[in-house]
Amino acid sequence: MTDVAVVGFAEAPNVRRTGGTTNGVEMLVPIFRQVLDQTGLTRADIGFWCSGSSDYLAGRAFSFVSAVDAIGAFPPVMESHVEMDGAWALYEAWVKVLTGEADVALAYGFGKSSAGDLRRVLALQLDPYLLAPLWPDSVAIAALQARLGLDKGIWTERGMAEVAVRSRAAARSNPNAQLSGTVTADELLARPVIADPLRAHDCAPITDGAAVVVIAAGDRARELCRRPAWITGFEHRIDSGALGARDLTAAPSAAAAGAAARAATVDIAELHAPFTHQELLLRDALELPDSARISPSGGALAGNPMFAAGLARIGHAARQIMTASAGRALGHATSGPALQQNLVCVLEAR
Amino acid sequence: MSSQRAAVLGTGQTHHRSKRPDVSIAGLCREAVDRALADAGVELADMDAVVVGKAPDLFEGVMMPELYLADALGAVGKPLLRVHTAGSVGGATGVVAASLVQAGLHRRVLAVAFEKQSESNAMWALSIMPPFSMPLLAGAGGYFAPHVRSYIRRSGAPAHIGAMVAVKDRRNGARNPYAHLQQPGITLESVQASPMLWDPVRYDETCPSSDGACAVVIGDQAAAEASPHPVAWIRATSMRTEPTMFAGKDNVNPRAGADAAAALWSRAGISRPVDQIDVAEIYVPFSWFEPMWLENLGFAAPGDGWKLTEAGETEIGGLIPVNPSGGVLCSNPIGASGLLRFAEAAMQVMGKAGEHQVAGARTALGHAYGGGSQYFSMWLVADCPD
Amino acid sequence: MTTPLSAPLEISFDYTRSLGPVLSKFMTALAERRILGSLASDGRVCVPPAEFDPVSFAPTQELVQVGPSGTVLTWSWQPEPREGQPLDRPFGWALIKLDGADTAMLHAVDSGSASRMSTGMRVRPRWSESPSGRITDIICFEPAAGEVEAQPAAAGKASATTMITTPVRLHYQHSASAEESRYLLALRQGKIIGQRCPACGKVYVPPRGACPVDGVPTTTDVELPDRGTVTTFCVVNVPFQGQRVEPPYVAAAILLDGADIAFQHLILGCEPSAVRMGMRVRAVWKPPEQWGTTSENIDHFEPTGEPDAPYDSYAHQL
Repeated sequence: MTDVAVVGFAEAPNVRRTGGTTNGVEMLVPIFRQVLDQTGLTRADIGFWCSGSSDYLAGRAFSFVSAVDAIGAFPPVMESHVEMDGAWALYEAWVKVLTGEADVALAYGFGKSSAGDLRRVLALQLDPYLLAPLWPDSVAIAALQARLGLDKGIWTERGMAEVAVRSRAAARSNPNAQLSGTVTADELLARPVIADPLRAHDCAPITDGAAVVVIAAGDRARELCRRPAWITGFEHRIDSGALGARDLTAAPSAAAAGAAARAATVDIAELHAPFTHQELLLRDALELPDSARISPSGGALAGNPMFAAGLARIGHAARQIMTASAGRALGHATSGPALQQNLVCVLEAR
Repeated sequence: MSSQRAAVLGTGQTHHRSKRPDVSIAGLCREAVDRALADAGVELADMDAVVVGKAPDLFEGVMMPELYLADALGAVGKPLLRVHTAGSVGGATGVVAASLVQAGLHRRVLAVAFEKQSESNAMWALSIMPPFSMPLLAGAGGYFAPHVRSYIRRSGAPAHIGAMVAVKDRRNGARNPYAHLQQPGITLESVQASPMLWDPVRYDETCPSSDGACAVVIGDQAAAEASPHPVAWIRATSMRTEPTMFAGKDNVNPRAGADAAAALWSRAGISRPVDQIDVAEIYVPFSWFEPMWLENLGFAAPGDGWKLTEAGETEIGGLIPVNPSGGVLCSNPIGASGLLRFAEAAMQVMGKAGEHQVAGARTALGHAYGGGSQYFSMWLVADCPD
Repeated sequence: MTTPLSAPLEISFDYTRSLGPVLSKFMTALAERRILGSLASDGRVCVPPAEFDPVSFAPTQELVQVGPSGTVLTWSWQPEPREGQPLDRPFGWALIKLDGADTAMLHAVDSGSASRMSTGMRVRPRWSESPSGRITDIICFEPAAGEVEAQPAAAGKASATTMITTPVRLHYQHSASAEESRYLLALRQGKIIGQRCPACGKVYVPPRGACPVDGVPTTTDVELPDRGTVTTFCVVNVPFQGQRVEPPYVAAAILLDGADIAFQHLILGCEPSAVRMGMRVRAVWKPPEQWGTTSENIDHFEPTGEPDAPYDSYAHQL
């Protein structure tokens, strides 16, 4: 199998509300510039572009079309789009490089959650006949999952609070994080629940943001980056959409993707866990070693730009390799309610 | 770094109608999927991965419908992708599904594209304008009519060409049991008498709005060679994008379409498409796009596409039959239309096109485009791998 | 830099969803105060029913009655109900395993307070008095103490339910880009501002977030005259929703003098049949007191009477 590596990563500042538009151009133009500068590439060198975004975040059909302006797509380019997190756009780009049709590819994701009512619009991800007409709140669904684990003793409220403590502390060294700082678990646990049993700190913030990752094959990767982050495993799986038909305290799709990608040997795991209990769930599902550092970027709890957060996890994991801070790292992405769909990308230094 | 061989093992589609009130969204998809599986002689459990394609989520009011569809598509525990490249999405679905096999990642991949437009109203969904935009002046179809006028001016094509295409495609559709519009009695006179919607485009020259789905099973070389049925080898695929609007854009002969076609022909070793390709299923939502795309794809020189139409060369039996299935002019479930073109091309070289079979078809083109002539995807299939 | 303009955007539609055979039976039964589940090939009863067998993927054939009572497997609390939700006072969400079912269904529980929700509590459905064959025929669940008597099935509806209608109303705050905002503010002053790309030098009107060819922001404002050339057009004959003018009328691509891209607008003030490619036109503005931050300040374009522009002057714009 062809060797493909991440050679560049940039993300827009994770903010509560961007002044830019829902088509993401204002967030994307500067970070495209950054990755091209990092790698010394020009737009013309990119053999395949692939984006991840959602019309429902923007409130308009074909919202991703205007984002193509940020590419400068003339002369015409090879380009595609998934209506999923940019992590899956990266997957499609990786596949394209494996077929030999491109040797350098760029994946990007973006989302302006602040334009609409995210917690409400996510109800439309649910079964259109049986669930969506009830307009279930997305945080409440995560709370159902959290309580199941609490009742079974799989995790505790204190354990969840400590995830938030670690996330905010780690995010202090991430200039693009939205939430960072020093708090204690006791301080957090003293605050009221907002969606019993979840407290505010258990939930990722609403974030506008964007991310971009560049990959390249073989020798090309070595030309573009001193320490490419080589992709040794890239897997994704999906679980049932019927919330009451699966064990929500496990994530079989994450376990299967992690096992296939050989996640269990990493030094660093950037987990796309928008809820504290989900980080604990994923640690188990991915069978991460106790020595693994979790989400040194602060993770999604420090900033959760929809449709870019998963891609950003992969980017941050790759950056650990590219800066010689880790030998093996993992980026994880999730989609759908209660960890329904999961993707794992394992990267290593050579 | 090499591309492995991939082939279409089977295809399936729904009976396309303006409304399919007898099925849910999952049921619509499964009708096409079950036909494709039967055609390929495989089971849903045999699929290693699933690729779903559809146009804007707003059409059905379901956000990221692959999440809801995972169970119905037998995708639980498997990799599932959902692509969305506007109207060309059906084509992108086929290209992405093929690439999963070509990259050596999977042995058998299921591609399914659908649209259940009757859940809402395609005109409404396409007409939503955000604040500060110019209100839609011409309606969705009116976006394309001015470009048709430009083509007529540039090429000097006579006025009846559009009607000729409509007659051909609707009559072809009458030979296709799945087509939404079946009009065996349509004539040039009846088309030219139909109401003028956006001058120069008439009612009978425009596509319908359909509920429908299409599915394709793609396998690797081993799966293809083991198949007791004929397969359609995927010789080449290509995709290109250009901005919807930019200074100097050629809306009549978009460069992205021409570049995608050139890349396709080059990869497949085709130097004279009009002679070497036996049949073309191309995305013609308004009849005049047939001559426009014949030029854009390299079947005719710029300005000469209409001559092939006028000479009857795009009929079944002509030099380059175009849309023997009836094409988008007969059935247009937007998310599926591109994959239908890809599937119909495969059916032709598999010898499975029934009454709309082009005799002896050995190589066929499937083509899709979307947006404001922005996204182009296409594939070339043949009855042998090289 | 001025704050970009923003305005509300509402997306609203009543989606009509056909149910297919399995869900049709389920919804029809709800109107009769019966809850059905699907019997899977491994013997499990799935509630709500699965259209396709989770093991064999075959279409579900058999439905069985479950409940009506059940047990809460897990719950959460909705302290501030949102638009469209089952209740307009605080309520609980729960995964409820109905008696006889092997899977749980998600619904609301009207317990009155979070302190009265508990894992393991027993609940029963509260039925709508006017069912229509939809999931909200169960208004919500409510705590059920002790044994619940089997309720007689209700009469239901005269015929099977095959469709449901689901209104979807979403509210957004849409922001214009900085470039678009400058353009709109200029229109309020009766001026048309295009923007030049620093890389290719082309002038875009209306402006875009970045030059589509170069991917860089278009930063230089260029004031444009309000006259130009029709490059191409169509005559709109068909009525459609939101139409301003009664057909037939001309929608044309107009290339303003000094711009490098045409935009679409109306041509009035002459017979549609008189419009031709190359025709010279000028803007007809609404009265200044009606001007806002909108392209609609220009009501339409009309012919100027000048000789047509030569084909070669706009052929590359087609």
